[in-house]
Amino acid sequence: MSEGATDGRANAVEVRGLAKVFNAGRADAVEALLDIDLIIAPGEFVSLIGPSGCGKSTQLRLIANLTEPTRGEVLVNGKPARRARLDQDYGMAFQQAGLFEWRSVAKNVELPLELKGWDRAGRRRRAFEMLELVKLREFAEHFPWQLSGGMQQRVAIARALAAHPPLLLMDEPFGALDEMTREHMQTELLRICRETSTTVVFVTHSIPEAVFLSTRVVVMSPRPGRITDVVDVELGPRRGVDTREKEAFFAKVTEVREALRGIQPAGIEPDIEQVVEEHP
Amino acid sequence: MTRFRRVWTFVLALILVAVLWELYKVIGPEDGGTVFGWTILPRANDTAMPHVWEMVSRYGQPENRASDTPILVVVFQGAWFTFRIALAGLALGTAVGLGLAVLMARYKVVERGLLPYLVLSQTVPLIALAPLVVSWGGRLHVGAFEWPRWLSAAVLGAFLAFFPVAVGTLKGLTTTPPASLELMDSYAASWRQTLFKLRFPAALPYIVPALKLAATASVVGVVVAEISTGLAGGIGRLIIEYAREATSDPAKVFTAVFGAAALGLVMAGIVALVDLAGMRNRPRGATE
Repeated sequence: MSEGATDGRANAVEVRGLAKVFNAGRADAVEALLDIDLIIAPGEFVSLIGPSGCGKSTQLRLIANLTEPTRGEVLVNGKPARRARLDQDYGMAFQQAGLFEWRSVAKNVELPLELKGWDRAGRRRRAFEMLELVKLREFAEHFPWQLSGGMQQRVAIARALAAHPPLLLMDEPFGALDEMTREHMQTELLRICRETSTTVVFVTHSIPEAVFLSTRVVVMSPRPGRITDVVDVELGPRRGVDTREKEAFFAKVTEVREALRGIQPAGIEPDIEQVVEEHP
Repeated sequence: MTRFRRVWTFVLALILVAVLWELYKVIGPEDGGTVFGWTILPRANDTAMPHVWEMVSRYGQPENRASDTPILVVVFQGAWFTFRIALAGLALGTAVGLGLAVLMARYKVVERGLLPYLVLSQTVPLIALAPLVVSWGGRLHVGAFEWPRWLSAAVLGAFLAFFPVAVGTLKGLTTTPPASLELMDSYAASWRQTLFKLRFPAALPYIVPALKLAATASVVGVVVAEISTGLAGGIGRLIIEYAREATSDPAKVFTAVFGAAALGLVMAGIVALVDLAGMRNRPRGATE
């Protein structure tokens, strides 16, 4: 599973020799990522984990083509990342749900379909299907501010998957939720991905979260971000409340923790993930 | 419920002003007062400050001896005349303001080049500008179109109204949350799509207060234009005419002044309706 597609389908994500330098060529240049190679097959759930400042968010943004690499190439569904973005081959969810407060829940889910030029009836139907999927059907006409944080994040996931993209990119989507909601959301996310057979790249700094969700956990070092270890997690496709109490789960958590321990923490240096490029 | 209370506080405030007015007439000096040699206390005599009931009852009496229509009707007609011009000025000013804001938000160069001139434009006295607009307009003949006199007044209203709209909208369009912009990027949304589906709705809390300023500014612009271009039929002209009779018929000018004030309130009310319509689904406290 870890070395790419075997059934002739294109890899979901192919990253080769990827490097990202912020403020390249200037005195305050920062090497965020160095020599990243990563191949993700369709159907995989891959977590990127590492101390803050390891460039894991940057890597996700490079896959999403929200920023351009300094060196190397990114293929999504066998296409250059830019092409994949223009074709809306992926959906994205961030730490903040980022719903538009002037749109109803259903209208928020419809947003990507609207941008793609779907007709009203088709949008409506798909939005309700998606809300069914995230179990928020009865909140379709509510407004985001009337929903709890966890519910908002479920709407954001419904929105990200509305156009049925084969790939879902998630940047610490549950980072702002309380522990109970968080565990519930993790179980829900696995169910949703199973039902929609979506490939996921998931950025997190929680070890149990990464282990619970992933088929593979990619461990990264701080600046310049490098992949130092890849831990395969064989806990089977059906994971539930009892998975978190299994011996195998603890063993994997320990394995990831030890992989991370070999790494120097980013310490007091400024957090590279806070380097935000100026928006045009 | 709260809306009801608002109406009540407004009425109460009106009554309070009337009471204070009368109270000052009782205790204030007849011919004004000086404090440390400075004439600051207004004269409380009936010429300078007519009684509230005189002003109110004046509305029921005819404008002059030659006419038998009550002055209420005349003031209302004047206000209606000015209102339509001010509304045209507000519409024009809003369109220009929004257009400029979009241009400035789209192209940084335009913002840097244009914004100082917009600020500068507001320092030009309207009185000086009014005759210029009239004469430029008068020379304009496009086919069958001839520049009507009221259009000069509307343009001057727009001249005051566009500025708050342009500045407020620019601020709103450029403070869109970066995360939302990134989301639109991830959908490969065009600039236009981002403008209409994200930037504009997100800017609404900035645009609405700007429109409120623009609405009242447009009324001021039109009233001043009426006076300085000699446009007859509006409330501004009535104020000037009635002011000439201030000694013989002191209550008269106040009827027109209150008419102008009511006009400003109606204009602000129209914007409040826009506010209600645009912000109805937003969380409480999103504006004001």
